[in-house]
Amino acid sequence: MFANFDFDVIRRALPYLFLDGMAFTLTLTALSAVGGIIFGTLIALMRLSGQKLLGRIAGLYVDLMRSLPLVLVIFWFYFLVPYIGQWLTGASRPIKVGAFASSLITFIMFEAAYFSEIMRAGIQSISKGQPAAASALGLTYGQSMRYVVLPQAFRNMLPVLLTQTIVLFQDTSLVYVVSIPDFLGAASIVGQRDGRLVEMYLFAALVYFTISCVASFGVRQLQARIAIVR
Amino acid sequence: MNYHWNWHIFFEPNPTGGGSYLDMLLSGLLLTLETSLAAWIIALVTGSIIGVMRTLPSKPANLIGFSYVEFFRNMPLLVQLFLWFFVLPEVLPSAWGLWLKQLPHAPFYTAAIGIGLFMSARVAEQLRAGIGSLPRGQKQAATALGLTTAQAYLYVLLPIAYRIILPPLTSEFLNTIKNTAVAITIGLLELTGQARSMQEFSFQVFEAYTAATVMYLLINVVVVTAMRVIESRVAIPGMIAGK
Repeated sequence: MFANFDFDVIRRALPYLFLDGMAFTLTLTALSAVGGIIFGTLIALMRLSGQKLLGRIAGLYVDLMRSLPLVLVIFWFYFLVPYIGQWLTGASRPIKVGAFASSLITFIMFEAAYFSEIMRAGIQSISKGQPAAASALGLTYGQSMRYVVLPQAFRNMLPVLLTQTIVLFQDTSLVYVVSIPDFLGAASIVGQRDGRLVEMYLFAALVYFTISCVASFGVRQLQARIAIVR
Repeated sequence: MNYHWNWHIFFEPNPTGGGSYLDMLLSGLLLTLETSLAAWIIALVTGSIIGVMRTLPSKPANLIGFSYVEFFRNMPLLVQLFLWFFVLPEVLPSAWGLWLKQLPHAPFYTAAIGIGLFMSARVAEQLRAGIGSLPRGQKQAATALGLTTAQAYLYVLLPIAYRIILPPLTSEFLNTIKNTAVAITIGLLELTGQARSMQEFSFQVFEAYTAATVMYLLINVVVVTAMRVIESRVAIPGMIAGK
């Protein structure tokens, strides 16, 4: 099976695979996770605000995003972002958006829906006495959220947020559908150029597997460490 | 916005010669449903076996179940599909590889099996959690009545466990449907794939994706409604879900 397996093809491609491909994947994952959590928290706050209209809009957004395949959402934003940019800047033609910016916007908007559900569960798990005590102390709604509720919700949900980030890391490989060279895209480009798809895809699978395994092991350790605090 | 909307595009003939653009999308919708059903059957069967193995009082069975779940959970679905589609025929003995490559509807089978196995790891985890949530007395009572382990699972544990995990299984089924869109990368012309080719043929980007979006939303509504009905019909009296 490995008789004509060419390890050298992998070795030669390593700099490109990691410095270009993996750097893209990891940057995209990290920035999307941060952006997704910030937007997700805002959406969760909208849903829990008690304002009917705000809650409705946020709920519809979350339901819509969660009903659609990520591939379709990637296509949507890939074509929509230039028009949104044109509308925002008032340009006369749809603006040019780079591969990275386009996929970053897509993943922030898409993952925000999933992160918002996690943050909503986190906020709802805080006992009512906490915001009540905060407002008794004279804290405004914003202050009570910022200093009392959100830090606790965030801490309780940290393992779940990180697990979702691992899923996000795996999902970034789907930018392949709009030919953006992330890690998998880079492996695919090299594999097609050299006629060595078998080696490149097996290597890519191994790398994704290792990173996800190590990361989920880390999350489990973290969960065990922070679970007892109470 | 200087985008030219043309909602009549759906009734114009598509360049592949098979009716209108709407027919194209509908054939994609049908393929999405077929692929997800095939994948879901594979996921349920394999996932159930692995899920049960993880709850058995046997170290080797546990280890196999654990490795299986970790293997399929820690790789992106896209990579798994590529492994099945591009790598498997090459690493098999050449006669088998050739047979695989010449197989008609290869993207469909690859997608059904690839997505099915990917989802089976998730089904296994749900089922393990479901069995784990049952009181220990259930298994003990079954054993005391003289049931073998297989009988205890078949007649006592699984019938309750499946009903407990119906809601999470519903969302896993919805995930299966959404995941079929990934098969666009191996050339399966399911709903997203057909919307993509409609966009490429007609340049009506947003109409094509709007139609696909509406169809996915409809599938969701239908599945969720159907599952609600099933859930209430199989609910166990006396439990929170029951009456």
